Amino acid sequence: MSPKPRVLAYQLTVLVVTLGLWSGLVRSGLVDAFFFPKPLDIAERVIQWFASGKIYHNLEVTLIEVVLAYVIGTALGVISGLWLALSPTASQVFDPYIKAANSIPRVILAPIFTLWFGLGILSKVALGVTLVYFIAFFNVYQGVREVNPVVLANARVLGAGKRHLLQHVYLPSAATWIISSLRVSIGFAVIGAVVGEYLGAAAGIGYLISHAEGMFDTVGVFAGMVVLGFFVMVLDVAVTLIERRLMRWRPDNEAQSRR
Amino acid sequence: MAVAAQPAVALHGVSVRFGVHTAVENVDLRVGDGEFVAVVGPTGCGKSTLLNVVSGLMPRFEGSVDVLGRPARGLNAQVGYLFQQDALMPWKTALDNVAIGLVFRGVRLHEARERARPWLDKVGLSRFAEYYPHQLSGGMRKRVALAQVLILSPRIVLMDEPFSALDVQTRQLMENELLRLWQEDRKSVLFITHDLEEAISLSDRTIVFSAGPGARPVGDYPIPLPRPRDVAEVRLTQDFLAIHQEIWHQLRGEVMKTYES
Repeated sequence: MSPKPRVLAYQLTVLVVTLGLWSGLVRSGLVDAFFFPKPLDIAERVIQWFASGKIYHNLEVTLIEVVLAYVIGTALGVISGLWLALSPTASQVFDPYIKAANSIPRVILAPIFTLWFGLGILSKVALGVTLVYFIAFFNVYQGVREVNPVVLANARVLGAGKRHLLQHVYLPSAATWIISSLRVSIGFAVIGAVVGEYLGAAAGIGYLISHAEGMFDTVGVFAGMVVLGFFVMVLDVAVTLIERRLMRWRPDNEAQSRR
Repeated sequence: MAVAAQPAVALHGVSVRFGVHTAVENVDLRVGDGEFVAVVGPTGCGKSTLLNVVSGLMPRFEGSVDVLGRPARGLNAQVGYLFQQDALMPWKTALDNVAIGLVFRGVRLHEARERARPWLDKVGLSRFAEYYPHQLSGGMRKRVALAQVLILSPRIVLMDEPFSALDVQTRQLMENELLRLWQEDRKSVLFITHDLEEAISLSDRTIVFSAGPGARPVGDYPIPLPRPRDVAEVRLTQDFLAIHQEIWHQLRGEVMKTYES
């Protein structure tokens, strides 16, 4: 889990050099501080947000949106993915519609969702769901289609009925794919939430950034991005932990956790 | 040994075609009740296809197949199948893999696990109950697979080169283990292999298949070696060598055909 000390040292070097260069350019006047605020100012703003407690409510709102979008999108994706993968006819019928729906740039839907569901959490969740759904769907579809035929034949010879196959073979096999796409899905859920907030909301990190932009407050915009970056990193750690817990049976994960 | 009136498995004129390719053609084959029958033949002669027919996994074939006196129709609870490849569920522990067949047959998971434990003992893996397949060696996985099949006490066990992926030592251990388990309650076994020594040392009767395509039985040899046998020791006896030479003479001809074609 923890990177080697040497790697960590390089990582810190990259950070320090980047921030140093940035500070130097702003300080020397080569770059206008209005467009590129000083890193220290941004850090100060972030600290101020946390110190005043202003940020917590916004983080909470975004987190709720992300989790809801992920859970609902994945659940819908799993159900329809299983159905279509196990029913060739349904899969043929719906194939063009799914491809067409997936080709719609989801940002276009955001204003419509705002009209339908209002400025609150729901419209952001809806946007996230449209993004997460297709990832889950395609992964489950793939997972079920690529079940090891020998394992499947063995289960059938051992007496598995349709329901048993679903529970003990298809779902666990699809679970590999769902979990391996967890990271991507969560990323898309975050995009859905933040873009939704950015386009119209009363709270959330996207709202903070959009609000700061409206006031020509570039420090606030950058501070918002920094907070968002940390938010995603924390989510990523959580995802890694969940992944390891659920995928104990998989050889490559075993090797990873031993490292 | 009483010879039962009806054979465990009886194939009459069975042919299987995949498009223009004929895997097996006009096969007549019988496995008596409690008999251990080995089938040897050149690789790729369609021996595995036969097992798929008998197990019910392959419903499209010509001819007739009787299992325990009844025409085979779909999968049969009396038939167990040990596959050549790894067929364990990688997401289940050794114990759960052994227990799963019982669960499929309506036993509650808790009870199925309790009944699976003695079977893990029997194959010498009681310490590995909570291990996942990828944490076990190839030989251990085969033993789990064997327990997985035998716990359901099928009357007929089909085996498709089950030990071909194992190294020689592990293989002999597994063969002895199989004989020991088989000796307990003499199931009918149809054992496919391309290894003649394995066939002779395990079976009551060895059937030689011709080279494919359109493979069919061309030789049928009783193996009158005394039981219980140790597969490593029996290979050194004069009787074994004599039988081996006799069968090999015919098998070699078939193997040569696959090389020439």
